[in-house]
Amino acid sequence: MNTTTTRPATRHRPGTPRPRPTRRGRRVVITGIGVTAPGGIGTPAFWDLLTAGRTATRTITLFDPTGFRSRIAAECDYDPTTHGLTPQQIRRMDRAAQLGVTAAREALTDSGITHDAIPPERRATTIGSAVGCTMGLEQEYLVLSDRGRHWLVDPDYRVPQLYGYMAPSTIATEIAWTADAQGPAALISTGCTAGLDAIGHGYQLIRDGSADAAIAGATDAPISPITVACFDAIKATSPANDDPQHASRPFDLDRNGFVLGEGAAILILEERTTALRRDAHIYAEIAGFATRSNAYHMTGLKPDGREMAEAIRTTLHQARLDPADIHYINAHGSGTRQNDRHETAAFKDALGHHAYTTPVSSIKSMIGHSLGAIGSIEAAACALAITHNVIPPTANLTTPDPECDLDYVPRTARTATVDTVLTVGSGFGGFQTAMLLTRHHHRGGHHD
Amino acid sequence: MTDPTRRPLITGIGITAPNGLGTQAYWSATLDGKSGLGRITRFDADRYPVRIAGEVTEFDDTEHVPSRLAVQTDHWTHLGLTAADMALRDAGIDPAAHPEYQMAVVTASSSGGTEFGQREIEKLWTRGPSYVGVYQSIAWFYAATTGQISIRHGMRGPCGVICTEQAGGLDAAAHARRLLTTGTTMVVTGGTDASLCPYGLVAQLSTGLLSTRDDPERAYLPFDTDACGYVPGEGGAMLILEHPATARARDAHPYGAIAGYAATFDPRPHPGHPPTTNLHRTITLALDDARTTPDQIDVVFADAHGHPAHDRAEAQAITTVFGPHAVPVTAPKTMTGRLYAGGAALDLATALLAIRDGVIPPTTGVRAADPACEIDLVRATPRDGPVRNALIIARGHGGFNAAMVVTTP
Amino acid sequence: MTTFTLDDMRQIMTGCAGVPDSVDLTGDIGDLTFTDLGYDSLAVLEMAARIQQRLDIPIPDDAVGEMKTPQAAVDYVNRRLTG
Repeated sequence: MNTTTTRPATRHRPGTPRPRPTRRGRRVVITGIGVTAPGGIGTPAFWDLLTAGRTATRTITLFDPTGFRSRIAAECDYDPTTHGLTPQQIRRMDRAAQLGVTAAREALTDSGITHDAIPPERRATTIGSAVGCTMGLEQEYLVLSDRGRHWLVDPDYRVPQLYGYMAPSTIATEIAWTADAQGPAALISTGCTAGLDAIGHGYQLIRDGSADAAIAGATDAPISPITVACFDAIKATSPANDDPQHASRPFDLDRNGFVLGEGAAILILEERTTALRRDAHIYAEIAGFATRSNAYHMTGLKPDGREMAEAIRTTLHQARLDPADIHYINAHGSGTRQNDRHETAAFKDALGHHAYTTPVSSIKSMIGHSLGAIGSIEAAACALAITHNVIPPTANLTTPDPECDLDYVPRTARTATVDTVLTVGSGFGGFQTAMLLTRHHHRGGHHD
Repeated sequence: MTDPTRRPLITGIGITAPNGLGTQAYWSATLDGKSGLGRITRFDADRYPVRIAGEVTEFDDTEHVPSRLAVQTDHWTHLGLTAADMALRDAGIDPAAHPEYQMAVVTASSSGGTEFGQREIEKLWTRGPSYVGVYQSIAWFYAATTGQISIRHGMRGPCGVICTEQAGGLDAAAHARRLLTTGTTMVVTGGTDASLCPYGLVAQLSTGLLSTRDDPERAYLPFDTDACGYVPGEGGAMLILEHPATARARDAHPYGAIAGYAATFDPRPHPGHPPTTNLHRTITLALDDARTTPDQIDVVFADAHGHPAHDRAEAQAITTVFGPHAVPVTAPKTMTGRLYAGGAALDLATALLAIRDGVIPPTTGVRAADPACEIDLVRATPRDGPVRNALIIARGHGGFNAAMVVTTP
Repeated sequence: MTTFTLDDMRQIMTGCAGVPDSVDLTGDIGDLTFTDLGYDSLAVLEMAARIQQRLDIPIPDDAVGEMKTPQAAVDYVNRRLTG
């Protein structure tokens, strides 16, 4: 075989991008944010909700939840027509894709990236989703099966977009089209860590030279009967149906499960020098990203949190930061007993005594747990925390679980210097993800 | 990947394909031109416009998947777990003896546990919410196979799930390659798919791209004047990708190495304008990444969609890079159907077997090559000759393009 | 059905959660824990759901947590059936 590495003379063909730069030195910054979340559409409304400590959890309105164990959720008050989607787009797209496209538009506008700065072939699209277009799949199933009556569903009533509902990659397609992105594109579907993993994937593509920008984030719209029923079956969601506003209670002794949410967040990631050249506003820099798996159980967590701790340590190592440098931890904080104890142990394992002095909060207390989307929504919150030097609170935390003995920023947002943020995710399949965001400094930096 | 000695090695292959369960069975069937396409048997498809598919009919989950695990997973995951077991055995890897955080799992996924999901959603709507089983929450979602492989083998490194439809197998392997540069030493990668249940089939029908012919021998004819769409299939392949240093240290017998890869996305189609594709750019970028020139490629494993317009676009991309009739092109997936998340993974495995044995497997069924496709299609029978570098092309519905170059170890 | 037997329970267990690799379920399993038998918490939730449907008796969340062994499940069900 020929394993020589002489470069062919014809290597740099017209119309192809320049040979990619070396990996060393490529840093990744966030220059645009778009959020479609419960409690208000758009980043300003989202940040307002978080800093006010309001909760957006309520009785489900997207379908009649009578007969379900958990009948509450955090829903988006979202009408695609008021967000500029065309009738064709609305017909074609499942709600998850719609939420994602709306967030992507906001992020693109916010970043102000242009074709001159970053041509389409240098734009990657990395979108996370845990359950894809389940809502569309379920609705169409009801038609084709005549409400479940026929196992042999009737093909005559199929809609053309049905395959797009089954293959969730179509969500990435819609967002890539929105951004005119023609670089690498993928939907990342690692369950409830998909949002962070998708941003991490975009970060890696920019780092390794495969792209100069990434439209990275996640979307999920799981508030449909089949998804609510499947969490009912494993008693993972809160049955506090009489008091939905106070149902999501991470780290509180009286918690009884997570509250399902929906939404999307898209970040524009950019290679740092490209962003600096066009004088873009930089929210934060991604300084580290790692995932580990517990290889233990699809839904169960061991109380020691060791794999999450390993992921956290790895990100600190990548960023060349110490536990003492972390100013805020955005917790997974789903509000299940096993999660809250698992990650409290992980923080103590990874950060030692610094865990006790570092503020930790869970925004799921306010906007619920939107499965794959939440990781990117939380990353957006972290970038905003750095920008505004404000730590969003853990709402509803009135009676701390004695086994969760860290500073969880109960109920009220806190003004503080926030230069370095750790955000983590934990999900079905045993996946554990950690990401570090840092304030961007125009000169120099602590890692390369 | 400038230094060939640092290229990641593929040291194990596991195959669950419609025309063969296990690498040996699949490879000998493929070289013999034996097709796995036939009438759908998993359900009564008589009333559907598509009645032909590639089913892994030999597969009995009770023989391959422990009962406790089988009840909580879909058929798609059964096939994935089985292929992963085969690949690990083939590589001679005992996961228990491997550092836990250095083992990763990255699979492609495309439609999830559709059959399992259809059963549960039926229970929900006919009997009520409390009839939905606990395993719906972990069997249907796209991450089920990766998670179960990780748990079964104690792999605690970075895990990934990539959905780019039929391109997924290459994108997953490329992500696996990336992980090997950051501390992981071994990755189970690849993909499977299995949505041959009523709802899954009807969803696939909705694109209008499936072949509706009833003759399995004439139903899927990519690059033929008689091309009429594709036949769907189930199954796929898992591969063990290893860091070259650790593979050599344990005297592994690699099939080959990943030399290069690229992925792009097509521009949004506009009504009234012919679709444009970035496929040729993808191929060029992959060759560049491999530091390989077109003349060094001995075979191209085509995506071979089976829809005439798609085939012509692919053929044009190939001829743009290589010239007309300049490189052997093949598509043994005519014998399996398109396997979605499993498709490119199986092509990757097949390319490595072609390298190992110095033989290009055939594209069966094609009689009258479409003159608009100026490619040297390897038809009917295998073609002997050394295969040092193979290019695999994969395209996912909605605009995903991927290309990978594999080479001798 | 007047009483719920260990054999009924065996049928529920294998029907909805499969057969464990390492244990002979036909043996004396009544007082082994579900964990020792190879059934995790999800499996026990599934068994409880199927029992509720088959026998039409509600089993509250707390009671599921107390069903540590097949015999404990049988005893609980029989108390509900006679109570």
